[in-house]
Amino acid sequence: MEVNHPVSPLVKLSTGIEGFDLIAEGGLPKGRTTLVAGTAGSAKTVFAAQFLAEGIRRHQQAGVFVTFEEPPTDIRRNLLSMSWDILQWETDGLWTFVDVSPIPGMEQIEAGNFDLGALLARIEHAIRKVGAKRVAIDSLGAVFSQFTNSSMVREEMRRLGAALRNMGITAVLTAERTQEFGEIARFGVEEFVADNVVILRNVLEEEKRRRTVEILKFRGTTHQKGEYPFTVLPDSGIVVIPVSAIELKQRSSDLRVSSGNAELNRMTGGGFFQDSLILVSGATGCGKTLMTAEFIAASITHGERCLLFAYEESREQLFRNASGWGYDFKRFEEEGLLKVICAYPETAGLEDHLIRIKSHIDGFKPRRVAVDSVSALERVATNRGFREFIISLASFVKQREIPGLFTATTANLMGGPSITESHFSSITDTIILLRYVEMLGEMRRGITVLKMRGSMHEKEIREFTIDGQGMHINAPFRNIIGILSGRPEFITPAEMERMGHLFSD
Amino acid sequence: MSAQDVYLLKLYITGHTPRSAQAISNLQRICDQELADYQLQVIDVLEHPGLAEDEKILATPTLIRELPPPLRRIIGDLSNTEKVLLGLDLKPIRR
Repeated sequence: MEVNHPVSPLVKLSTGIEGFDLIAEGGLPKGRTTLVAGTAGSAKTVFAAQFLAEGIRRHQQAGVFVTFEEPPTDIRRNLLSMSWDILQWETDGLWTFVDVSPIPGMEQIEAGNFDLGALLARIEHAIRKVGAKRVAIDSLGAVFSQFTNSSMVREEMRRLGAALRNMGITAVLTAERTQEFGEIARFGVEEFVADNVVILRNVLEEEKRRRTVEILKFRGTTHQKGEYPFTVLPDSGIVVIPVSAIELKQRSSDLRVSSGNAELNRMTGGGFFQDSLILVSGATGCGKTLMTAEFIAASITHGERCLLFAYEESREQLFRNASGWGYDFKRFEEEGLLKVICAYPETAGLEDHLIRIKSHIDGFKPRRVAVDSVSALERVATNRGFREFIISLASFVKQREIPGLFTATTANLMGGPSITESHFSSITDTIILLRYVEMLGEMRRGITVLKMRGSMHEKEIREFTIDGQGMHINAPFRNIIGILSGRPEFITPAEMERMGHLFSD
Repeated sequence: MSAQDVYLLKLYITGHTPRSAQAISNLQRICDQELADYQLQVIDVLEHPGLAEDEKILATPTLIRELPPPLRRIIGDLSNTEKVLLGLDLKPIRR
């Protein structure tokens, strides 16, 4: 016998929380309750409030906020800094509080059996009053702490869950966790609202706080697995950084742009590709910032905007250095063609840096981006965090289809790779190495194009010099080997000839 | 404070359930026995959710003693007479 069940597939409701919808593959399961669990300070309340706020801002969907912990006055004030004017939304009938926060000084005597019928009635009333589609309940632990009979509370919460489902409400229910890894939440709450579970973490790792969000389960529908870093910005709330959910859908361009140095253009077989990522690696002081300046100047001479993020030097230092090579950054800025963002890496967490970089790029809409240096940001992150940052930044720039030049400082003066390089090398299109070469008791500089995706390029290591006109790339180092390994050695012409013959046939 | 004061009591219930009926009859009995002058209002939160919101009622039944001050709150079906008297600041007359 054929059974014909009209099962409609589970629809997702876009939360509007940036990045979250991407890892949730569309949003939270519509018409269901999702448990958002996290330790103290893991941004549960922000998540719950933002779920409502974005519903109002993006979809004109009214919401009900049920608060068991903080009184509405505190929530309104705390969230005003996110530019969410809750009071205005309340006036407009888009946001309603159900205030179940403890009444200060009110002593409550239990004399016999009771249930939370009034709570359910109030929530249902609030939902009907504003025609709510979204409900946030913050937090479950606080409900339990108000009553001694936790099995009654559990039963009532189950009843609430069923009522919300019947009304077709998509709800976020927050719950406390006592530890970052282990049981989902206290009071065994997952048993009755376990259809969907999202976990927010705030882990101390190598003395750095790292926030991550993980979708543990969505019953009957798909989502991205694993932890994703997120940050809480003072003006826009939670922003999730969906590292591996980023699609590799960038187009590839054959257009070339000038590197800013005619000789380097020749070495790279005609300049950088329009939409490529360029990594310039080298020891301190060997010319990375100069190469960045030439890259910028090339953009500006074509009347195209360029954005520079400088994490190693102050503005004054940078501008002085640039003028030493003949580039007037101040004038470039006045003409509106250049924007220089100077920041010390330690001023913010890596996630915050990433968000700022992205918003500057989207705000200024440059035709080129340079970051000098990416490796300076290594200091404020864990190894894993830094890898995610690099991938996320690289794909963001690629999607804008503009060339991005990133510099990385190597730890060793002569040769040697850096962490940045190892994270970056697979996703960059072009790698340029700048190296010191010790020759006859003198420090000389060498440059080579290590990789140039999709194009022929010179393989030689060329010498270059720096003066008031910038960088001058000269002839290749001929009778010297071991530059990249950091142990340059002279070889006699006879030896060179012998080696040449080794491969001749 | 004594049983001679005028008492204003509000009992919040959720619908006409056995538990609501229990609370009403328990309260009626205690008041008749212990209080000389009282006024009792029974409020069904299903009919008046706004009132429940104003008073921040969470559990039902909830008994609020509005007068004499200070405000007192007792939750439950009021089957524990001793607790009710304690909550109302009344000592049992007969022991």
